[in-house]
Amino acid sequence: MSNKMFSKEEWGTALEGLRDSCRIFVPVKDGDFHSFVPFENGTVPDFDLKNSRLSPKSVVYPQSERMFEYNLDPDDPEANVLKEAPKEYLPQAIVGIRPCDAHAFQIVKLNFDNPEYSDPYWVRRFESTVLVGLGCNEPCSTCFCTSVGGGPFSEKGLDALLFDLGERVLAKGLTEKGDEFLENAEVGKEADESILKEAEGLGSSASDKITTDIPTDRLKEKVVNELFGASFWEDVAFACLNCGTCTYLCPTCWCFDIQDEVMGKQGDRIRNWDSCMFPLFTLEGSGHNPRSNKFQRVRQRFMHKLKYYVDKYDNGVQCSGCGRCVRYCPVNIDIRQVAELMNEYETESA
Amino acid sequence: MREYTEKIRETAKRLLKDGKVDVFIGYKKGSVPMMNEPVLISDPEKTDLLYWDSNCGLNLCNYLTKRTDRIGIVATGCNSRNIVTHVIENQIKREQLHIVGIPCAGMIDYRAVQRAVKFREILDIEEDNERFTVKGGDFEEVFDKKDLLQENCATCSHCNPVEFDEMVAEPVEEPQGVESYRDVTEIEDMDSEQRWGFFNEMTSSCIRCYACRNACPLCYCPTCFVDESKPQWVGKSIDPIDTMTFHFLRAYHCAGRCTDCGACERVCPVGIPVRQFTKKLNKDVLELFSWEAGLSLDQRPPLDVYKVDDYNEFIK
Repeated sequence: MSNKMFSKEEWGTALEGLRDSCRIFVPVKDGDFHSFVPFENGTVPDFDLKNSRLSPKSVVYPQSERMFEYNLDPDDPEANVLKEAPKEYLPQAIVGIRPCDAHAFQIVKLNFDNPEYSDPYWVRRFESTVLVGLGCNEPCSTCFCTSVGGGPFSEKGLDALLFDLGERVLAKGLTEKGDEFLENAEVGKEADESILKEAEGLGSSASDKITTDIPTDRLKEKVVNELFGASFWEDVAFACLNCGTCTYLCPTCWCFDIQDEVMGKQGDRIRNWDSCMFPLFTLEGSGHNPRSNKFQRVRQRFMHKLKYYVDKYDNGVQCSGCGRCVRYCPVNIDIRQVAELMNEYETESA
Repeated sequence: MREYTEKIRETAKRLLKDGKVDVFIGYKKGSVPMMNEPVLISDPEKTDLLYWDSNCGLNLCNYLTKRTDRIGIVATGCNSRNIVTHVIENQIKREQLHIVGIPCAGMIDYRAVQRAVKFREILDIEEDNERFTVKGGDFEEVFDKKDLLQENCATCSHCNPVEFDEMVAEPVEEPQGVESYRDVTEIEDMDSEQRWGFFNEMTSSCIRCYACRNACPLCYCPTCFVDESKPQWVGKSIDPIDTMTFHFLRAYHCAGRCTDCGACERVCPVGIPVRQFTKKLNKDVLELFSWEAGLSLDQRPPLDVYKVDDYNEFIK
């Protein structure tokens, strides 16, 4: 695997040049926060970010995506026939994605790409995406990636990893895809030993700056129905507004809803992100809703992430520790505290 | 703020112990700076969880809807006006409530604080009456609270509760001659194209999470129009027309009812100034009907009364 180093200026030039090889998404400052947007003429990438407000999951898994289109014109011989909406899966890259968000794609992959089901849209778009990470020199106070199998410089799920070394940038290729991407950079030179050493030091000092964690070690041994019936859920859920902030900002929330929208005689079948916080989430056609109460929906979110996923895939929790839900929950429901309640839970006497 | 916290704890303990209320709704200290969590307490031994500072900017009235028990609740000026609105709209009965009034000096705009410290990581905030100290890993800065108030608090003229059973402190002085609607006038002065552009831009980052709607005590409809499926009034994708339809209709539904508590704006994860919609309607009802929501239990809001002798021709 190749290791390339650049001066900051060279890195800027390299990135501009790389736009010829594929569509690149970069973080930009957007008012009070950062977003990932396509790198076009006039776009000013800003790699001096904590993390983007919304995770870059939408680059692979858009909030709204047209799946099929159809025609309701009775005179059309193909009326009412669902046809796949035309799509392009051009090569793309997310440059500056944080390791937690790259790890999140691996967590989500088990759901979208497994022997039982393969989601054609997610899989094809994921496969056409190169993930070029940016290690976190200064993790936030709400980051807990190290307790869920990641780290501020974790290589998990990344094709390449960038180290911001002040004046210089080290780009480390981690997969063939990543190497190929970096090879297209016209400037930069082979990294020397000293810069590699410096990068290594940066990685370990960043890990030491993570000050918070979530306990997960006992989740697997809990009996699912007992945890489900635990008495703390009403308390946990009291403040919840049942908004979609946690879900929509989360890099590992994958649920979607399918809707038909018609304008005139033209119809589209669209899938939209859904949220287990919404009362419509599991509302059945009969009118029955197995999660009609707020606490049931809040319980679903945490049980899914911290118990069902753990039991089903034996791959840790469905959380990459980015801390967005902790920072941005408008009523301060904190997954770290809920994980603790669940992990420490002892069967209540009847 | 420590005095308020102590007084709230004492009051809640007394009310629960004496059996005056079944539960008490207040805030507990949050796990991240400038975020407190609404909490429901039923055990008089747990009232020490209760907490008060200038980061209690949600609207607790939101948690009262259709409750059937007897409830103690802390209420600032705007929150108390929403309680009044809730009572008038039959969402809760006045006799179920024991309102613990908070004379309010305004809530801190956490986004403004983040901007003021240039987005460095804030680890702690210490409040000392009119000032507060923001602490990070390698910095410490002191600010005057009045410089970093939420916008709705800076233009508030109902700081004291209008309805209460007891107060935690003496009322604060109500500001006089507040110019509440300068921002609305600016939007009114735009031509329709500019205004359309302004609203388009404003809602373009909306992710349809509905935090604004759900934080609002006025939004208690059993099924919101955006969630209706028969018929489906609004599309659910992030199509800009659907997004704007949601914001416009929600605002109109709040006309004559909104107290400008600011909860909608506070909770928006992408920082949309959603109050721009509701404030315009507040201004309209003020100009047309001399009405401000939630000031009296004895008067019905102008948009839900009908008088046979109404002076308007169109209504006859």
